[in-house]
Amino acid sequence: MGRVLARIVTHALVGLETRRVEVEAHLDSGLPGFAIVGLADRACQEAKHRVRSGIASAELEWPLRRITVNLAPAALRKEGSAFDLPIALSILAASGQIPRDSLSEHAAVAELALDGRLRPVGGMLALAEAALQAGLPRMLCAACSAPEAALAGIEPVPVRHLADAVAYLRGELDPKPWVARNGQHREAPVLDLADLRGQERARRALEIAATGGHNLLLAGPPGTGKTMLARRLPGILPPLSPAEAIEVTRIHSVAGMLAADRPLVTMRPLRSPHYSASVAALVGGGPGPTPGEVSLAHRGVLVLDEFAEFQRPALEALRQPLEDGVVSIARVGGRAVFPARFQLVAAMNLCPCGARGDPAADCKCSPQRLSAFRDKLSRALLDRFDLVVAMPRPRAAELAAPPGEASDAVRHRVAVARERLDGACAGWTKEATELLDRAVERLPLSGRGRARARRVAETIAALASESAVGAEHLSEALAYRSPTELGAP
Amino acid sequence: MSELALAAFAAETGSHVVRAPRDRAFRVFSQRFDEAVYLAGLRKAGVGWVARSAPLFPPLLHAIHDPPPGLFVRGEARLDLLRRATVAVVGARSCSPYGAQVARMLGGELAGAGLVVVSGLARGVDGEAHRGALEVGGTTVAVLGCGIDRDYPAAHRELAARIRATGLTVSEYAPGVEPAPWRFPARNRVIAGLSAATVVVEARERSGALITADLALEEGREVFAVPGEITSALSSGTNDLLKLGASPLTASSDVLDVFGLTGPKPDSVELGSSAKAVLARLRDRPASADELARLTGLDAGTLASALTELELAGCAIAGGGVYRAN
Repeated sequence: MGRVLARIVTHALVGLETRRVEVEAHLDSGLPGFAIVGLADRACQEAKHRVRSGIASAELEWPLRRITVNLAPAALRKEGSAFDLPIALSILAASGQIPRDSLSEHAAVAELALDGRLRPVGGMLALAEAALQAGLPRMLCAACSAPEAALAGIEPVPVRHLADAVAYLRGELDPKPWVARNGQHREAPVLDLADLRGQERARRALEIAATGGHNLLLAGPPGTGKTMLARRLPGILPPLSPAEAIEVTRIHSVAGMLAADRPLVTMRPLRSPHYSASVAALVGGGPGPTPGEVSLAHRGVLVLDEFAEFQRPALEALRQPLEDGVVSIARVGGRAVFPARFQLVAAMNLCPCGARGDPAADCKCSPQRLSAFRDKLSRALLDRFDLVVAMPRPRAAELAAPPGEASDAVRHRVAVARERLDGACAGWTKEATELLDRAVERLPLSGRGRARARRVAETIAALASESAVGAEHLSEALAYRSPTELGAP
Repeated sequence: MSELALAAFAAETGSHVVRAPRDRAFRVFSQRFDEAVYLAGLRKAGVGWVARSAPLFPPLLHAIHDPPPGLFVRGEARLDLLRRATVAVVGARSCSPYGAQVARMLGGELAGAGLVVVSGLARGVDGEAHRGALEVGGTTVAVLGCGIDRDYPAAHRELAARIRATGLTVSEYAPGVEPAPWRFPARNRVIAGLSAATVVVEARERSGALITADLALEEGREVFAVPGEITSALSSGTNDLLKLGASPLTASSDVLDVFGLTGPKPDSVELGSSAKAVLARLRDRPASADELARLTGLDAGTLASALTELELAGCAIAGGGVYRAN
């Protein structure tokens, strides 16, 4: 037997994007051996052992020849275990155990277990989309990856074991055709606003934030419900559109965060990283760039609790995604761009000890500590918050109030107002324009602060179903401006 | 022996000197000291000097029992500013929103009525009093506890520059003197000495502002204290002052009466009905937006709008989420 070659097309993930990779197996005469070439990383090199055990476990023959597997293009760094199955199939095709032409219309993505079972890998959706575009109509994958692959419109061929995959490619096995089970997946429980008593002003601000997509900063002493409120924002936002759902799913899939029973993300994501999070954890990074919290919160809500405790570089790194809605991470191997269009809700104390704004406690912060605390929040960052609400400690009477309005009712109002906002641009009444000029004169209000007040006033007018912004809308908007004690006009 | 030599000697030795010491070190220093050269250096740095014996030296400060050898001054205002009617507004550095509000209001109303507001450029009450005076275009004087060339605290560098644009910063310490904790009580005696009346806005027990008040009392000047909540540690000092017989200050007119001045009439503003209802509640006691919503029965949106109306009309002030009537 002379030289034999087999080839299968698959894709590699670079950030959210995919690159075409051809997996070639070459069997040559000579001392038996196995080499993988083509800038394969550690996980990818270890495929050797998994593939060899997998083939043995499937009771197939390991060709005792010199095996070279090339992952082309050779200049692209390949990472992860998704190449296990294509490598195994290309070796089997080269050694004539499966028909070589059967590989020309199948993509294959899965990790191999030592006993030959197929394991799911992250980024299925993006890989399936790429395979379909490359003209491959069917995709061999692990059974639990099939629902996700199906979202891309490719026909998934779910197989449990390498032996099943081989039998299928030989035409000996007809796996059950894939049937999409729509609406059968379980929804995560949604936090309801009815759990929250009192805090009428903050609830109102949350509703305005949901309507206009404004970033919201909640400031007040601990235990006033800042975090509770922040976590209830996704519940009053309209559900994701189908296109948005695919976008979000792609990101979560690449990050390996999809739950097996919920292949499609339909709920707006809520991410709340701890304040010790690094820059890379927040905006994404790592050698084979992985999406950070801001991208995982794409089309959803990013809650940053104890906002002032985050490292300054991490906070500053938020400015690009807040401005552009994307994060771009430059690496030696190229640039990865992750979408990051999220709504930011931040919660913080008014001072490091947390007692400020609490009539029952005495603030013990030294002036130096207080000013260092405020200095951490740069003006530029505070400028990104359209709405700032101080939440003082409620008195007993407020806590005895009946449970607040439920999220469903609020979500309905938000949806109606959002449609109105999307429509024609709101006009401004003469009174409102005059009031704005007066406010700029009387209040410490910067140019940016003025623009913020305008935006918020337009949202409030939409919530009130008014076609023009009136003085009462603007004056309400002005009540949510940054207070001077945070050091911003 | 010149007073300037005394001030320069104090700066060089890092000590506090108000009378010529009878030791060798000072004798040697004053023989070697060239007043003309030193004055030229001051002039170059934009610093003025008024000696204790000079006719321009503020008479009120001259009257205290240990007046400084002289004052270094910086600023655009003329020196006779210090001969005008002056009132000190002092208080805690870490003040409450209430203290900050009162200090700013008093600074503005007293300066607006024509008084010169004297304070110590510190954070908290001092800074707010200066700002309040500047806001209404009044004149204000900051007394420093360090060399005249230093702006301390650094965070108030810009404020010091604004004060100098229409008023003065003054210090008994020559350029180059570092701020030190023990200099601040000495600085407080200058504040008290310069002022015909002293207002303490907020002070804990053993606060530096109480030193100023004590010194003012010793010199027989008028001392006012702003009453505070008896449960607040920040008001314990001022409430103690009241117990000792200081005049309670409940409006700027209390101070103005002493000087025979009257404040400007507050301009009346048309308020909406919800704003009026909210203001009536706020006059009872400060309250958060949610409390006001419960008390007035207004919804959160209407209430927010009414509160902004009150703020714009100058009838209410917000701090830490709590609104107060002004």
